[in-house]
Amino acid sequence: MESIHEKEQEQGREAEIGQQPTTIRRKLGLIVNPIAGMGGSVGLKGTDGIDTLRKAIQLGATPTAPRRAVEALRELSPLRDSIELVTYPHDMGEEECKECGFNPVVIGYVERGKTSAADTKRAAEEMLLREVDLLLFTGGDGTARNIHEAVGQRLPVIGVPAGVKIHSSVFAINPRTAGQLAIAYLRGEVRLREAEVMDVDEEAFRQDRVSARLHGYLKIPYDAQLVQSVKVGSALDEDESMQAIAWEIVESMRDECLYIIGPGTTAKAVMKALHLEYTLLGVDVVQKKRLIVKDANEARLLELIEDGEAKIIVSVIGGQGYVFGRGNQQISSRVIRKVGKDNIVIVATESKMAALKGMPLLVDTGDREVDEMLKGYCRVVTGYRRSAVYRIA
Amino acid sequence: MSESKMRRYHAHVWEEPIIMQMGSEGERGIAIPITEKEIRETVGSAQSYIPAGMSRRRAAALPQISQPHVLRHYLRLSQQTLGMALNIDIGMGTCTMKYSPQVNEELVRLPQFTDLHPFQDEDTVQGILQIMYEFSRMMCEISGMDEFTFQPGGGAHGIYTNACMIRKYHALNGELNQRDEIISTIFSHPADAACPATAGFKVVSLYPDPETGLPGLEALKAAVSKRTAGLMITNPEDTGIFNPMIDEFVDIVHEAGGLCAYDQANSNALFGIARAKDAGFDMCHFNIHKAFSSPHGCMGPACGAVGTRKELADYLPVPIVTFDGARYHLDYNRKNSIGKVRCFFGNVETILRAYAWVIGMGPDGLREVSETSIINTNYMIKKILSVRGVTMAYPKQTTRLDQVRFSLETLREDTGVTTNDVARRMIDFGVQEYFTSHHPWIVPEPFLPEPCDTYSKEDIDYWVEVIRHVCEEAYRNPETVKTAPHNHAIAKINIRDLDDPDKYAMTWRAYMRKSKSRGGKQR
Repeated sequence: MESIHEKEQEQGREAEIGQQPTTIRRKLGLIVNPIAGMGGSVGLKGTDGIDTLRKAIQLGATPTAPRRAVEALRELSPLRDSIELVTYPHDMGEEECKECGFNPVVIGYVERGKTSAADTKRAAEEMLLREVDLLLFTGGDGTARNIHEAVGQRLPVIGVPAGVKIHSSVFAINPRTAGQLAIAYLRGEVRLREAEVMDVDEEAFRQDRVSARLHGYLKIPYDAQLVQSVKVGSALDEDESMQAIAWEIVESMRDECLYIIGPGTTAKAVMKALHLEYTLLGVDVVQKKRLIVKDANEARLLELIEDGEAKIIVSVIGGQGYVFGRGNQQISSRVIRKVGKDNIVIVATESKMAALKGMPLLVDTGDREVDEMLKGYCRVVTGYRRSAVYRIA
Repeated sequence: MSESKMRRYHAHVWEEPIIMQMGSEGERGIAIPITEKEIRETVGSAQSYIPAGMSRRRAAALPQISQPHVLRHYLRLSQQTLGMALNIDIGMGTCTMKYSPQVNEELVRLPQFTDLHPFQDEDTVQGILQIMYEFSRMMCEISGMDEFTFQPGGGAHGIYTNACMIRKYHALNGELNQRDEIISTIFSHPADAACPATAGFKVVSLYPDPETGLPGLEALKAAVSKRTAGLMITNPEDTGIFNPMIDEFVDIVHEAGGLCAYDQANSNALFGIARAKDAGFDMCHFNIHKAFSSPHGCMGPACGAVGTRKELADYLPVPIVTFDGARYHLDYNRKNSIGKVRCFFGNVETILRAYAWVIGMGPDGLREVSETSIINTNYMIKKILSVRGVTMAYPKQTTRLDQVRFSLETLREDTGVTTNDVARRMIDFGVQEYFTSHHPWIVPEPFLPEPCDTYSKEDIDYWVEVIRHVCEEAYRNPETVKTAPHNHAIAKINIRDLDDPDKYAMTWRAYMRKSKSRGGKQR
């Protein structure tokens, strides 16, 4: 009865918004892994491990990470007087800050030229204790892993790319963008999302075998404007999009079918929708909407799919668009072969699809025949009752 | 290259409150005299005529405000807008911001038109029925289709009407349970996905090839199946790129047993050049309020004209205006009709304006509209590509039709200034902010201008100069651009709140509730 005047006053929101104070965050942490990237310039595919570093230096490698950090910091110079920078000594951040005219709070102790992964971890832990609002770190996948081990999802971070291996999606596309994103976050203009921390086994990588693993998720500021404009409609945010995908999958589930749920937040949204326990980085198996096996390995999967119908639900892992062979090696070529191409369901949000910039999805199962079988056009579930046809190459 | 001088612009700033915050208890626009005793005694009180079940228990929370204050309020609000007739509205790609001839406004205000009532017997409205019938004939010639309805109140409504006809077609064939998928492309207007979804279909989207910007035939072949109900597609897509394989697309979907609906909202570059029927489409829709010069409205006062091949004409909403050689009729006798999609006959005033516009143009004039629109687009491309920081999406497609999608990714990487920043800064030079593009942003940092036939060379030159000025400023002084607009009625707002369910409010009541629950001050 009282809805007559409800259509009025859409303008209420405009007056409203003008009054909202934006969140001001002012404490920024900076960690530079000064040796990151050194292996790359001399063809060493990474700089993890002290022997490799020694070898890199012998081959004439020079540090690149400090310069990349400076590039990012320069973007922050408009905030020079309004933010507090917390960093580690020498080339782990102090020198870079000073070069850009910042007067940082320097914590911890390291010996110049002798820093290691342990220092990165310790620095990140101390940043957490000092309650920085955001941690900017310069390095590669190895550095991202160290940061992840130290702070998990307790602290938002932005990666300034400087390493040889950049498979993780926690990095900005370049140092300047990292700086700009940091400003946007400190000004309260962007939200957070989970981003994959991936790393390949460098030893295998040097022998030209790629075996990347998904190590977990860090929280990164996310500029939603890259994929959507708030003004043009009711675009869903990442969590809602994943939920919509999960509903689509759950609704299509049949009792006689076994569901192999791969790693990653998008695929695991299905487990969340079913209120089941799950392993974020592992493979879980579901039937009749109940958990059959948590964190299954290849042997267990093969055993389970011996007879009967099965489907594989996989996320697109990392920024490069891998469907198989990066972080979900349990779902091996043998498992894929047994389940069959038609029973593979790829799930990805529209923003993840947009981030591919037209590049095809990739597979690397270690079995050429299976890779060939998977190539061509496939369906990707992108939302509730929404899908896309996309190429695997 | 001509140098257009930057215009100094400043909007009225009235800091106008919301009307619900204005006035005072008992204030009135009109003091209605008390009913005379004799009348009251004869007919009773006005309230006694309201059925008990419909009577409010509490009075509606309407503003109480005097006439001069109401007038002042709305005039001030109108001064704070930068409307289409006030500026060079090239930035609104996909919208075809075309001049609406003022003489046609006189036409729709004639009492012979405004005094018409939809309940009149068809014998007494032969004149307007003749106009509707003749306009439908014109639309048939323009599109190649056989019959038209003007009932839908806007473009998306027209697309929805097509989705409903596709649904009915498969239902009558007993295949609706099996055929539950509509195929579209990610660069088609989002309504080509949203409307069939609303009609109950699942939607399958094709992504563009990174080189050509067009969806591929192979992708389409992989998408069709016995579940395919139809194809709903825009062409040229919202990139201004025309898909030259469109007839093959239609064939593939037909072979799979689906119907094909052509979203012709982007038709401004196709008059006399390409027709829906000739590409094999079963149905199409046009936005009469875009390419046909009737003004844009917001969600309702427009017209999405829907046309079909004669085999599907039976599915159109009723009534259809027909002519028996002597008289015009409202034909309700369509056995497969999806029914009504709107009250009465649609927004007839848009048809009247468009009828006048098409008569005025004639066939050659219509083709000239499209040629001018294409020339304008390509002239503008040439000029804009000399601006630092701007690139064109899919540069290998050198020719664009009605519009073109650019990217400011380079500008953003170089300066941190985003496309939304540039759009807002443009307002400071007296042009409305531009439309970036629909989501998802497959093209990063996009903008999508459409310099349709309305705009002169000088208009385009000025608009491009504004883009150039703002982009150069982004390199010199990014903060000025990021904090824009500086000269408009409302400064930069925090758009994050616009999609925050705890903050946005579509009604005054929602606003009061949400600001209260946040502990905000009630004014």
